[in-house]
Amino acid sequence: MTTTLRALLGATAFCALATGALAETTITVATVNNGDMIRMQGLMDDFYAKNPDIKVEWVTLEENVLRQKVTTDIATKGGQFDVLTIGTYEVPIWGKAGWLVSLNDLPAEYDVEDLLPAIRGGLTVDGELYAAPFYGESSMVMYRKDLMEAAGLTMPEAPTWADIKTAAEAMTDKSKEQYGICLRGKAGWGENMAFLTAMSNSFGARWFDENWQPQFDGEAWKNTLTFYLDLMNNYGPPGASNNGFNENLSLFNQGKCGMWIDATVAASFVTGKESTVADKVGFALAPDNGLGKRGNWLWAWSLAVPAGSQKVDAAKAFINWATSKDYLALVASKEGWANVPPGTRTSLYMNEEYAKVPFAKMTLDSINSADPNNPTVDPVPYTGVQFVAIPEFQGLATAVGQQFSAALAGSTSAEDALAAAQELAVTEMTKAGYIK
Amino acid sequence: MATAQSRTAARLMVSPAVILLFLWMIVPLGMTIYFSFLRYNLLNPGMETFAGFDNYYYFLTNAAFWDALGNTLTLVLGVLAITVIGGVLLALLLDQPFRGQGIVRVMVIAPFFVMPTVSALVWKNMFMNPVNGMFAHIAKFFGLQPFDFLAHAPLASIILIVAWQWLPFATLILLTALQSLDREQQEAAEMDGAGALSRFWYLTVPHLTRSITVVVLIQTIFLLSVFAEILVTTNGGPGTASTNIPYLVYAQSLLAFDVGGGSAGGIVAVILANIVAFFLMRMIGKNLEA
Amino acid sequence: MSRNVSQTRVTLVTIAAWTVGFLIFFPILWTILMSFKTEGDAIKTPIEMLTSSWTLESYHEVQERSDYFRHFWNSVVISLGSTLVALIIAIPAAWSMAFVPGKRTKDLLMWMLSTKMMPAVGVLVPMYLMFRDFGLLDSRLGLVGVLTLINLPIVVWMLYTYFKEIPGEILEAARMDGASLRSEILYVLTPMAVPGIASTMLLNVILAWNEAFWTLQLTTSKAAPLTQFIASYSSPEGLFYAKLSAASTMAIAPILILGWFSQKQLVRGLTFGAVK
Repeated sequence: MTTTLRALLGATAFCALATGALAETTITVATVNNGDMIRMQGLMDDFYAKNPDIKVEWVTLEENVLRQKVTTDIATKGGQFDVLTIGTYEVPIWGKAGWLVSLNDLPAEYDVEDLLPAIRGGLTVDGELYAAPFYGESSMVMYRKDLMEAAGLTMPEAPTWADIKTAAEAMTDKSKEQYGICLRGKAGWGENMAFLTAMSNSFGARWFDENWQPQFDGEAWKNTLTFYLDLMNNYGPPGASNNGFNENLSLFNQGKCGMWIDATVAASFVTGKESTVADKVGFALAPDNGLGKRGNWLWAWSLAVPAGSQKVDAAKAFINWATSKDYLALVASKEGWANVPPGTRTSLYMNEEYAKVPFAKMTLDSINSADPNNPTVDPVPYTGVQFVAIPEFQGLATAVGQQFSAALAGSTSAEDALAAAQELAVTEMTKAGYIK
Repeated sequence: MATAQSRTAARLMVSPAVILLFLWMIVPLGMTIYFSFLRYNLLNPGMETFAGFDNYYYFLTNAAFWDALGNTLTLVLGVLAITVIGGVLLALLLDQPFRGQGIVRVMVIAPFFVMPTVSALVWKNMFMNPVNGMFAHIAKFFGLQPFDFLAHAPLASIILIVAWQWLPFATLILLTALQSLDREQQEAAEMDGAGALSRFWYLTVPHLTRSITVVVLIQTIFLLSVFAEILVTTNGGPGTASTNIPYLVYAQSLLAFDVGGGSAGGIVAVILANIVAFFLMRMIGKNLEA
Repeated sequence: MSRNVSQTRVTLVTIAAWTVGFLIFFPILWTILMSFKTEGDAIKTPIEMLTSSWTLESYHEVQERSDYFRHFWNSVVISLGSTLVALIIAIPAAWSMAFVPGKRTKDLLMWMLSTKMMPAVGVLVPMYLMFRDFGLLDSRLGLVGVLTLINLPIVVWMLYTYFKEIPGEILEAARMDGASLRSEILYVLTPMAVPGIASTMLLNVILAWNEAFWTLQLTTSKAAPLTQFIASYSSPEGLFYAKLSAASTMAIAPILILGWFSQKQLVRGLTFGAVK
């Protein structure tokens, strides 16, 4: 074959490819490497069948890397993504900043009224829905029914923190690598601070008073932290200061935890096929202290379109598919009801098939008992249950989380950690101009 | 020998590299200096105001800064000590005749090719994890309580991981140097009755000095900016126990999205790096000139 | 050789060297072994893990989830590309520094090296803004540029130390014979410098392949190399040791193999002028 001929052929092939590409829109979707999102990537044939002219490029990253990349990109208007996976913390801030495209014009069959009110409320700013929930979660107690029984205890549906301590003590047997309770200890605003902030609500603590004065020097935070440290030091697993959601999940699945208080989505994993204790897990509401607030949070991984996207229509078509009722039915038909992304739609919880899933009711009750607009015992100037919806929170809470994680590792005391947290918070809030 | 013409040519040839590096240094640096004087949170766009030296003040008075400075030095010196001493010993061992030299050398050099992220992930999960890691399994086998490396000895664990990655590099350079050692001189000294230790001290060590200097220089450049290993394993914690300067700058600029503060931190880091560079260069310059 | 090497000594050294070599290599070996296990077996005790059955399941899953070959190809293009560009810029620079040294040559070299000490994280936002403005985000071209600049100081320095070892008389002799500057570089210098250039190139490819900050920050999908491939396996929900091992093995295998095959070349030039 001569060179010219080869070049000609190449050029023809290229043209053919180019015309093929013209007809289709490629959207880039940034997402976390959580199980529900990975599952969605396996079900894309359904989307392509319904939208033959759209092609989806996945960017799947670990949560922290994802958040940091997505934030850098949207804040600098880099325009790298067409669909973002973000949480209830980002949506109010970014929506207010005008960085997201409103989703109020999703088609009627999307049935926006069907979304759970608590979740929908968290994703709406000034009447505009800025993100569609892919799955929603609260937190709850997951415990080993067999171990509780062996210890002669029963778990109440709505336990108190004292109940939790009793149960933890009874189930701990360190010689058998069996630890009464597993909780998050890894530093990060979305790791240990999500848990501790939600927990502190039930102890009557708050991050700031009405004048944005940090409250870590108060009695309520001291009670929260000492109770947490006491639980973890006596009944927790080794290395807890490095344990986040994933580490605890794997411990629980191996049968090494008596209880685990964490996200409701974990329920489908601990009862799933990778779990060695799948048939022995019970569920209860997150504990309280009789002060009127439970220690559970509210979060929704949601899909949003950044304002810079050139392909808003295709992006919306994708979001419409991924968060629709049909998608839930699709997952149910392929993988069973237990694996459906939970916590977004009322209709799912009305479904009789879904009601048979052991954790369905507890998930719904937990989500409904969280109130982001009124999260604490005493009044606060912010919204958010396990976070404070201000831009400065991520950095501040991560630094505070470092202190609390150090206290758990034993390299500092509870008092010193709280004093350091107070100082960090005062500095940061002064710097940001909240404290005049 | 050099004519005026060849001098000009030389200038011309060296200039692309210099100009590029100068731009590479000065443009981002200039922007960073500019940002460091602004109150600029990435999440609060349009709110940038002039902040004077506030960002520097907050960065330098942050308790974490001094911890980070200490940790940076410990990390660099710790890894240097392990790799240089370990490298010399290993090079001496591999310089001896033994069977299977090729295979052993391949095994020893391997860690140098592994991505820092991967090696940190592997060490963290498969080895140092206190429940499922190899070390925990070994401890349990002997009936001991597993030691939680990343919580109770975070900096030492990171030093270990980083040293593992750089040991092959040091070993290779030192081994090459050893192989160029004058055998006859060695043998003459041996005939004169010099013991193995004094031969090592008076012949081998002086011969290795230049290579050691090179190892120290190159590694310091990379060790000052160790980042991925910390991000993957400890996130700088617990507390600030394993936060070094690059990680602190990262926390400021990409966790808190405080571009102003992060930029101030970046400038401080550049100044510190230059101080280190200055001393290092004087030391190296002296050694390499000879 | 006049030295009397006893048989026992060789045996002892052999045992010691193999033990040390094995220990150093062990973490990599373990990762490779673990990648052929199921997730459930991967977290068992070492003995149980070794005796459990072998499977390719993790590789299947990883390949199904992420397109390995695209990431691999991006890594190849980016590391080779940046290395070649760096060499093109660095060879003339190192040549003139080595053969026509000025008063400031040493300072210039040291200054170049010191640019490498700038912490990358501190300049991410300015860089991101520039990349956005030049349309270089998620492009291989942009990454080639950045990695070229990052490794240029090391390349210049390695070449400089290598060139310095070439005796100047040869060049003068060539010049006497009327060789032009261009042919001097092309026909006299370059052939002599090939081993040095080769090992510089290898080292640079390794460094570029493993660079994990800029490659992760400045790419999303089209230009994403293997560093990003790894980032999607780093801490997912549930058990992940086997999948992480498989992904790790796939990410490091190409460079490991290249490194092993070329280690002789690499070592020859890695002396940085330290060996006379």
